[in-house]
Amino acid sequence: MSKEFKPKIISFLCKWCTYSGADLAGTNRMKYPASILPVRVMCSSRVNPVFMVKSFLHGADGVFVGGCHPGDCHYQSGNYFTRRRFAILTRIFDTLGMESERLKLSWISAAEGVKFVRVTTEFTEEIKSMGENPAKKKVFL
Amino acid sequence: MDQILSIDKGAEEGLVQLLKFLLENDKVSGVFTLRKTTGKGFFDYALITEPGLLEDAIPLHPFMNVNGGKIISSLPPMKKPVAAVIRPCELRSFVELVKRSQGSIDDFLLISYTCGGSFPFDKTLKDNGQKLLPGYWKAVEKGVDSENIRQSCASCEHFVPQNADITVSLLGEKDLRSKCLMYLHSERSMAMTEEFDAEISDGQLEIKRFEALLEKRSEQKKKDFKEINIEDSGLDGMIDLFGRCIGCHGCMRVCPICQCVLCDFESCGYDPDTSVIANELPVRGGVRVPTDTVLFHIGRLSHMSFSCVGCGQCTEVCPADIPVSTLFRKTGEQVAGIFDYIPGRDVDEEIPVTIFKEDELSELGND
Ligand code: SF4
Ligand code: SF4
Ligand code: SF4
Repeated sequence: MSKEFKPKIISFLCKWCTYSGADLAGTNRMKYPASILPVRVMCSSRVNPVFMVKSFLHGADGVFVGGCHPGDCHYQSGNYFTRRRFAILTRIFDTLGMESERLKLSWISAAEGVKFVRVTTEFTEEIKSMGENPAKKKVFL
Repeated sequence: MDQILSIDKGAEEGLVQLLKFLLENDKVSGVFTLRKTTGKGFFDYALITEPGLLEDAIPLHPFMNVNGGKIISSLPPMKKPVAAVIRPCELRSFVELVKRSQGSIDDFLLISYTCGGSFPFDKTLKDNGQKLLPGYWKAVEKGVDSENIRQSCASCEHFVPQNADITVSLLGEKDLRSKCLMYLHSERSMAMTEEFDAEISDGQLEIKRFEALLEKRSEQKKKDFKEINIEDSGLDGMIDLFGRCIGCHGCMRVCPICQCVLCDFESCGYDPDTSVIANELPVRGGVRVPTDTVLFHIGRLSHMSFSCVGCGQCTEVCPADIPVSTLFRKTGEQVAGIFDYIPGRDVDEEIPVTIFKEDELSELGND
């Protein structure tokens, strides 16, 4: 490969927890990979699975959803629904023989800047080892 | 224990007689059934309030032009329940819609039957299936599959109705032309038919006699699922399968589950955006237009596949001959399996995306 593969990871981050966690990482001058492209959502359960599928088919190498820990949702129970939807979508990917490993869900609180850095770095590494999303170069999307 | 009504008439005739009785005696406000539309033999579902119009009712005609479960969910409320004659898969669809607040079980006296399957559209549109009917009913009497039914019917495991007030027994009944047996499962169906002129006995529809058919259909289902072989081919397989999709959304419009008032895929958020195409071109070198066909199908799978009842309507209407229902049912079973969910089983069982358990799926999200 001539150029180093820099993955793009569309990341839907809950405003109350994971997005604030990312902020905390920033104010503490910690570095998280530039592969993470954050999209702030009011709750992880705002993420219609179609958003994830669309990101994937339009060429995102990974799709990340970050929410509050179970029990800590700002809206009481949003993230439990997120969890079910995520289970559904990954099962669909598996049934269709598509790479569900490119989808990731993680609970990261507003206090867990360090965890945000670790999880996003690890996920970036995983995606790097998988290579480019094959959907990126398909004429048919 | 259920009650059995037995009439010395053909199954369809006996059922029409019951429907007439219910309507004439004001037990129900209306009857929803298949009915001959014109003298030419065309037929349609109709909501009937005038008993005389039931002369032309053909409630057991093996052709599902639209999914009746979807249609009854859009009927106006009436004073008393409407007696609706629908197939087991249509009944399951209705139950799924009731869970989505798009109908109420109490509004209907639900009548169904042990179902030998429906004809595909192409086999019926020419002569309304008249030529195929004798063979079909012979097979039903034997309790086996007619060779002319839809692929989705030949692999349907839910041919004995669940949640019906009344089940007309068809499969494996030797004398369908001279005997009509109806099983009453609910108190209200017993109350409504109290004065109906029929022999009454106690009994239960014995499921054992369906074992061979069930086994055959399960085998067929396995074969169909294997044939579509999507898990080995991944995204390329999806593109192969949907490469010929013309994006008409017909499969969605006829789907009894896809009843969102504003569908995602009909909203402006999913209108083709020229800037997206412009941005994609430098990366892809070419873009198939219209875009997002695969997105539509995976998106729909993510919204509703766990509720797919396998009615086969989507495959029937697809102008591009794509086996949509096989894919949706196969994926749906996988997804529903996570939650031990069976669509249409129980009206009190909530759809998997509207509930959760705190202590489930704990492997997800923890790093
Ligand atoms: S996806 Fe197809 S088979 Fe499943 S319920 Fe909808 S129309 Fe019927
Ligand atoms: S595709 Fe989704 S949003 Fe559209 S009708 Fe079906 S379930 Fe509803
Ligand atoms: S009916 Fe067939 S052609 Fe039309 S959108 Fe569905 S799969 Fe595509």
